[in-house]
Amino acid sequence: MEKVNLTCIECPLGCDIIVETDGGKVLSVLGNTCPRGDKYAREEVVCPKRVLTTTVKTDVDKMLPVKSKEPIEKGRLFDAVKTLSGITAKTPVKIGEKVAVFDGVEIIACMDVE
Amino acid sequence: MRNCDIVIIGGGPAGLAAAVSAYDNGCKDILILERDDILGGILNQCIHNGFGLTRFKESMTGPEYAQRFITEVKNRNIPVKLNTTVLSLTNDKIVTAINDVDGVFQVKAKAVILAMGCRERSKGALNIAGARPAGIYSAGTAQKFVNCKGWLPGKNVVILGSGDIGLIMARRMTLEGAKVHAVCEIMPHSSGLKRNIVQCLNDFDIPLYLSHTITRIDGKDRVIGVEISQVDQNRRAIKGTEKYIKCDTVLFSVGLIPENELSKGAGVELSLGTKGAVVYQNRETSLSGVFACGNVLQVHDLVDFVSEESELAGKSASDYVLNGEKIKNSIDCQAKDGVSYVLPQKIDTLKSGDVTLYFRVKGVYKNCKVVVKDGENTLLSIKKRIVAPGEMERVILKEDKIKSLSSSVQVSVEVD
Repeated sequence: MEKVNLTCIECPLGCDIIVETDGGKVLSVLGNTCPRGDKYAREEVVCPKRVLTTTVKTDVDKMLPVKSKEPIEKGRLFDAVKTLSGITAKTPVKIGEKVAVFDGVEIIACMDVE
Repeated sequence: MRNCDIVIIGGGPAGLAAAVSAYDNGCKDILILERDDILGGILNQCIHNGFGLTRFKESMTGPEYAQRFITEVKNRNIPVKLNTTVLSLTNDKIVTAINDVDGVFQVKAKAVILAMGCRERSKGALNIAGARPAGIYSAGTAQKFVNCKGWLPGKNVVILGSGDIGLIMARRMTLEGAKVHAVCEIMPHSSGLKRNIVQCLNDFDIPLYLSHTITRIDGKDRVIGVEISQVDQNRRAIKGTEKYIKCDTVLFSVGLIPENELSKGAGVELSLGTKGAVVYQNRETSLSGVFACGNVLQVHDLVDFVSEESELAGKSASDYVLNGEKIKNSIDCQAKDGVSYVLPQKIDTLKSGDVTLYFRVKGVYKNCKVVVKDGENTLLSIKKRIVAPGEMERVILKEDKIKSLSSSVQVSVEVD
């Protein structure tokens, strides 16, 4: 049995979480104070994921902030940024609109750009 | 000169929330003055997520959080003047402003809400030896360059200060292809959120040097390197601990200061603790009918709390316009042992409702008690497992206790 100490990143509280695993299987999650923490800890010890926030160019003189609609694998963040650096979003673009897809996850606009 | 019921100075998170609240509480004649070309203030460059968890129970990026409030303002048709810089405010609430459409113009307001936000502390305030080469930025300036302009300010970076903006920029610069060699923090603990240490530094193997500072910046035209040193308990560099790091960029993330030039000009009394206005529980300043909220009043940890405070200020300004000025019975609120400031600094005992006291502690205290006294009389004593300067604390004083206040309210931290 293994014990992994984590700091939850779901909210500013930053709970200290202890995860007990056995052969890659999660046995218990302790220390979290909400269900988001439980989910985070279970994923973090198996396949850490992060929501990516970055920017893409637009066809006007303005950068468009974007985010991945779901977390993507931590190890794929650099590839995602690289892929997105080659994209130019067409304006007008509305908040929530899909501008790209990476690893099957939608990359969506975080701002209206006229 | 035109007249207006409420003029709001600043169209960032504080100004937007105050406007919506003032409107919904009955005062419809409102004007927002914003110096940028869009509403939303600093949120526009804070493209990372984690905003709104308290208020909306979801993790939003800065621009998304701002959009919620911009939409609310637009739905109410509240007038906004963009690209408009306020030049002065007088104690009889005349606002002088300038833009490229109206030129210089004046508005006479019944109430004014100060919502100008804060500014970053600069390198100049820190006294680091060295020349003045290019490549030295505040973290927020670098953030604006990267996120709004698409410019990368440098390739090899050292960050001084572990405030959240510095940590966020460490990750951001790394993702955009720069190498962040170190984050130096003069204190023995980080001033940023734990989650940002994990997801911004640890995720990318960026070293955090606690009890370290930059003691010299080298370079004539462009930064070529920095010397960092360990510091003692008095934050003095220890000889012999110097370490040299080659870099082309230095970012400073060393704190925020409320931007109160306009408040000072109007004669608003400022607090040494917060560097913002001295206010009553309804966020009215020492000038009748002038209110303050958000980071211009006290630097908040979360934008969610800025919105909350600004809604209070907006409601209060609306009450003031609709019901006129009221007589006050003022009791002082003071920061005592272990507490660096308490807000509000004054309580009007004639006002109804509970009063939330916001305060910051001076150091990290474990297993302590937060004690609130009225003179010698203990009003509240609350056990805390841990308190730290990086997290604003709050306690609620119930209405019945407010009514019977007699001397002055004192907040302190007691360690057993």
